[in-house]
Amino acid sequence: MMKAKKRFSYWYLLLIIPFIATLWPGIYAFDKPRLFGFPFFYWYQLIWVILTAVITAIVYIKVKDVD
Amino acid sequence: MNWSALIVFTVFFIFVTVLGFYAARWRRGDLSLLDEWGLGGRRFGTLITWFLLGGDLYTAYTFIAVPALMYGSGAMGFYAVPYTILIYPFIFVVMPRLWSVSKKHGYVTASDFVRGRFNSSSMALAVAITGILATMPYIALQLVGMQAVISAMGFGHSGLSGELPLIIAFVILAIYTYSSGLRAPASIAIVKDLMIYITIIVAMIVIPIKLGGFSHMFDAAKAALATKNPPGSLILGSNSFFAYGSLALGSALALFLYPHSLTGVLSSSQRNTIRKNAAILPAYSLVLGFITLLGAMALAAGIKVQNGNDAIPELFLKMLPDWFSGFAFAAIAIGALVPAAIMSIASANLFSRNIYKEYINPQCTPEQESKIAKLISLIVKVGALVFILFFPKTYAINLQLLGGIWILQTFPAIIVGLYTNWFNKWALVIGWFVGMATGTWMAFSQHMASTYPLHLFGAIIPGYAAIYAVILNFIVTVVLTFIFRALGLANGKDQTTESDYRTAS
Repeated sequence: MMKAKKRFSYWYLLLIIPFIATLWPGIYAFDKPRLFGFPFFYWYQLIWVILTAVITAIVYIKVKDVD
Repeated sequence: MNWSALIVFTVFFIFVTVLGFYAARWRRGDLSLLDEWGLGGRRFGTLITWFLLGGDLYTAYTFIAVPALMYGSGAMGFYAVPYTILIYPFIFVVMPRLWSVSKKHGYVTASDFVRGRFNSSSMALAVAITGILATMPYIALQLVGMQAVISAMGFGHSGLSGELPLIIAFVILAIYTYSSGLRAPASIAIVKDLMIYITIIVAMIVIPIKLGGFSHMFDAAKAALATKNPPGSLILGSNSFFAYGSLALGSALALFLYPHSLTGVLSSSQRNTIRKNAAILPAYSLVLGFITLLGAMALAAGIKVQNGNDAIPELFLKMLPDWFSGFAFAAIAIGALVPAAIMSIASANLFSRNIYKEYINPQCTPEQESKIAKLISLIVKVGALVFILFFPKTYAINLQLLGGIWILQTFPAIIVGLYTNWFNKWALVIGWFVGMATGTWMAFSQHMASTYPLHLFGAIIPGYAAIYAVILNFIVTVVLTFIFRALGLANGKDQTTESDYRTAS
């Protein structure tokens, strides 16, 4: 069971992206462009729900957890 | 009285109640052990964990209060979306470690972990007390959510007719939690989620069509917000950017410090279950985003209510058929039962394990420990009920707000503690205390608002008080650790080793 110290996987760094994308509303607090009638402010954040799930799934697949 | 809504409501409510009573038979275990009663025997797989965590996070109060915030002030209410986005990358990285170390050492609560990691009974006690204090008003708020739908069906807000349904619902809840433990909310959570999904899908299709499409709906909401006093705005103003971001971050970091969320994590059967869930739980965030938008729809539909909490029930009654409103209200009311059950179980675990066994009766047997937990879960619920019936509702709301600020003060000990035992245990205790005191003072100084206008280098930055308090907490803890080390004070013996945090089973 004794293993050499596992190296940090760089895939984890992907998980920082959602924080950068959502924490500062200055980059998305606009009305236009609208999508299906949703102001940018709203659809941008809702899309990041999906993108974050995708990113998390990628990291889940790429990083081998302990077995 | 709205009879068609009431009948549909009652039928669904009874169905779920019966289900709760049968839950004890499901994957039967020895319910006289705390592990079995309070963590479902740590046997929940990906799907059940998903529903259980979802049941925790998207409560009746969420359903009522988050759109109410949007209804009251506009864009600010949407912070719930980035908040729930950021939870998952965070738990993906952090929570498997907690799961592994807890499994290895038999920890049932975060307080158990802190004691093992820092060998500090004081910090463990601080964590237990903070957890219980933060959870109690949360349970009470589930009743506020439930009351909003009950009164919308024509029972009124107060008096016996308004209170009796609430009392009945809670007595049922108390009995089945007592008898089935965590298995009860886990099985109900599945039904509750299906009902909520159906409700939201229907609401998101039917209401905007009736309001002339999303574009028109948003424009009408914008116009309605402008007439409010103080005026709200559909798009966030630049002076609120930091408040918005810090509320989202602070709430995301705090969520998994609540005892009931940790219960969801610790009850899962495998480390990988948590990682998998982090990738699939965001489906809930999408639903929450849509729930929030109901607030904008209520504005556009011209709903006028004194109390924002009544906005969504009124919206349903106005825009949807009565029988469907009854269905939606049942979803919300059941949405109150699930988290209330999990929360009361989680605080009962904390009390029996970290206060009763630790300080009152160290020689207690596992059966006694589990018995006390059951009893406490009962007392906690009765307490919440009494609180809602006899005190102004604003007390519960303010306490819940304070609870959010308080719970984040356990972040250094629990979350940072998962990575390092560098902190001195007394530095942690003092840092926690400073954080608690500062956060509480900030909230009071703003007459119980969650944001505090910090004066920094001549600028005024309104931000979430919990974030400001935990930063101070951190600084104090780090500085004091350096000082204590310089004085030659040793850390307590760490019960855990790095490999404990990585084991899969």
